[in-house]
Amino acid sequence: MGFLTRSPIQVEELVKLVTAPDRGGVSTFLGLVRDHHQGRAVTGLSYSAYEPMAEATCREIVAEAESRWPVRVALQHRLGDLAIGDVAVAIAVAGNHRDEAFAACRHVIEELKRRVPIWKREAYADGTEAWVDPQQGVGSREWGSGSMESDAKGTAR
Amino acid sequence: MATRTVAPLTIRVRLFARYAELLGRDDLTLPAEGLNTAGDVLARIRSLPGGWEIGEYTLMAINLRQASLDAPVAPGDEVALLPPLAGG
Repeated sequence: MGFLTRSPIQVEELVKLVTAPDRGGVSTFLGLVRDHHQGRAVTGLSYSAYEPMAEATCREIVAEAESRWPVRVALQHRLGDLAIGDVAVAIAVAGNHRDEAFAACRHVIEELKRRVPIWKREAYADGTEAWVDPQQGVGSREWGSGSMESDAKGTAR
Repeated sequence: MATRTVAPLTIRVRLFARYAELLGRDDLTLPAEGLNTAGDVLARIRSLPGGWEIGEYTLMAINLRQASLDAPVAPGDEVALLPPLAGG
């Protein structure tokens, strides 16, 4: 199973991939498409990726988690057009106990967001679209409503 | 007559998301001459029409691995300019 998919993610299939009789703790994380972003109503979005690098980086992150904790990890990220509420990313981690399952699951989602080359273009209720820059808020003069929004938390670089 | 494989004296550059839209293309082949580092490739792309909006400290990858701007590039490499990542 590839780490990237254009079909709806089957969460139970991911869980089945990692469970085993000796693994009693399973942690899952699902990232869903939200209906808002920084105060703007989102109607849908599209994910794209540098696919060979994204696959290689996901493989690396899973291997890191499996070597750091005694767990098995399954991971999938959607590409293409998604609707509100769709599962954009799913992670399933199984270990002997819950501690390592939770820790590894958290590690995988944080590293995915930090390292995997995937991009998100949001469509808004007012008919505009923008590439999302998590560090600077919704940017892109060409696609936004005409003004750069500043980072609400004031943490932009 | 025997033919032999000649290594390409070019560097393939991949652009994604907003950067591909700025340049109006997502795949370029540049002559490798004069391109010694990832930063050299970035500077060349920024000099193209639409390229100036790409940041000076853009995230880059060489052959599918993230690379710093001073990382060396060689003919045959695939160099990518990565807009801010937004997966998850």
